[in-house]
Amino acid sequence: MRLVVERFAHNALALLAVTTILFFMFRLMPGTPLAAYINENLNADQQQAVLEQFGLDKPMWQQYFIYLGNLAQGELGLSFFQRRPVLTILLEVLPNSLILTLVSLIIAYAFGVLAGAWLAWKRGSWIERVAVPAVLATRAAPEFWIGMVLLALLSFNAGWFPSGGASSPGMAYTNAFQRMASWDYLHHLALPVLTLALYLQGLPLLLMRSNMLEVMHEEFVTMARMKGFSEWRIVIRHAARNALLPVVTAFALGVGLSMGGNVVVETVFSWPGIGRLLVQAVSVLDYPLAQGAFLMIALVLAVMNFVADLLYMVLDPRVSHGRKS
Amino acid sequence: MAERAEPAIPTRSSWSLLGVLRRIVAMPLHDPFAFTGLVIYVLFALVALFADQLAPADPLEILFTKTGKLAANVAPGAEFLLGTTNLGRDIYGELVHGTRSALAVGLSAAIIVAIVGTVVGLVAGYFGGTTDAILMRIADMALSLPFLPFVIVLTGFLGASTSNIVLAVALLLWPNSARVIRSQVLTLRERAYVEAARVTGASQWRILFVHIAPNILPLSFVYAAIAIGWAIITEASVSFLGFGDSTSVSWGMMLQDAFSSQALSRGQYAWFVPPGLCIILVVVAGFFISRGYEEVFMPRLRGR
Repeated sequence: MRLVVERFAHNALALLAVTTILFFMFRLMPGTPLAAYINENLNADQQQAVLEQFGLDKPMWQQYFIYLGNLAQGELGLSFFQRRPVLTILLEVLPNSLILTLVSLIIAYAFGVLAGAWLAWKRGSWIERVAVPAVLATRAAPEFWIGMVLLALLSFNAGWFPSGGASSPGMAYTNAFQRMASWDYLHHLALPVLTLALYLQGLPLLLMRSNMLEVMHEEFVTMARMKGFSEWRIVIRHAARNALLPVVTAFALGVGLSMGGNVVVETVFSWPGIGRLLVQAVSVLDYPLAQGAFLMIALVLAVMNFVADLLYMVLDPRVSHGRKS
Repeated sequence: MAERAEPAIPTRSSWSLLGVLRRIVAMPLHDPFAFTGLVIYVLFALVALFADQLAPADPLEILFTKTGKLAANVAPGAEFLLGTTNLGRDIYGELVHGTRSALAVGLSAAIIVAIVGTVVGLVAGYFGGTTDAILMRIADMALSLPFLPFVIVLTGFLGASTSNIVLAVALLLWPNSARVIRSQVLTLRERAYVEAARVTGASQWRILFVHIAPNILPLSFVYAAIAIGWAIITEASVSFLGFGDSTSVSWGMMLQDAFSSQALSRGQYAWFVPPGLCIILVVVAGFFISRGYEEVFMPRLRGR
């Protein structure tokens, strides 16, 4: 339990550090953060009044604590361009990003784990010599480029999938859940998911493969062999279970990491997620919205890091027991 | 005489800087993967060096056909190896010249990451205590920033220049190498030969840089090779999103150009497939080389 608190504190501190870096980064940006509110017709006094209204005349450290206080209440300010609360905008698109990430990761990890275990079994064969460099190549490809190739082949050329967005024009739904469970939504989701899954499967695959190779040399596997169990049973029941531990942790970390990487895939497919929102906000210098989107991604990252820490403790008793003694 | 006091030290401990450098250079000759990686690097380096000879024209020049019409969207052929863009630019020329910016971005990021990561790892691991704690907390902080969003925000606001992209990549990548090097230094500093050097009165810095640093040099190379790929992918992603340096020709800029000019719906594969393949080749080469160093210098992994 002490360890849980410790990991929580660690991740919370990291998040606080990110918000601090973000605060000063945005303050040090060229131009006033109020560029959208102050127009040139205002005289110096009126400009000063606007600054005071937003608390920007106060010293930097005071602004920083006001900012932290606001964050704690979920107050992220108003978007310069949409003139709506940032939080509302973020919560609208967050589910799209989470669904995209989770579905891709689940497919990628299911495939990666099975293929990785299989490749470990095929150690030394020609399949391994071809497959490992091929998998490395998928890890080396820029995500957005995989998306572009799939888009050209499967959408523009074959016409199997829509070329972008999350729903066809003219579709109306009574609620968000109904929209996301609709065939149309899933049809739009397919290509972005395929792209992400293709990019993401390499990590679990290679991880699972090398874990399997390591585990297969351990004493309990030799023991199982001596007992005369079939090779298949040894692979599945004894080796795979143990090789899976680090992969599960990598999955949790992957949710946080790929939320950041989604930025490009969401842009390629015009998927209305938080990454695309960030790109749009930065390109029109919508500071509050960009800041909010960035924080939301950082928050997901921190939460998933914490979940990974917890999983690691639960799955590998050596971690928690080792520390207690 | 200190060396003689411990006759049982494995050869590893007596690595001199020269010996390590020789092994670093010789490694790719023994590992087929690393050799392939090195060949790819050398090929791209040659293309970058002789870009002006391989594609003499300015890659951004707008070309016209013999009849004086804009040579837009010309299919690949003898005149234009990979065809032309919708604005009449030679795609092959862009690809060749893009090699330069890719290698410049990759190498500069790799050098910064390797130097910062190595020095921080050495200092944190060797001196320990408060220095270690502070440096590692900074590393934690950098690692908890979402990678691509941070680069986008930084380049988006600081200005879209290649050096800002390199800066952002380096800011986020050094902690990985620093952490691993630190843990390696932690085990090295307990070795008998370091103790022996200490007994003979060698200064702290001498022990650190003469006796310990050569042993972790291969690790610096591993992370430098990985950083080359990361930096190139990141530059491409940032350019693709429209925050790249619009004055220089890069593979990322080509992909962005192709994407926004509807090359995908026209099926101009010769425009957007080659830059992606080039990126994959350079990044895979980095993977291969780093893998080779890991297997040779970190024998725990050998035989997998």
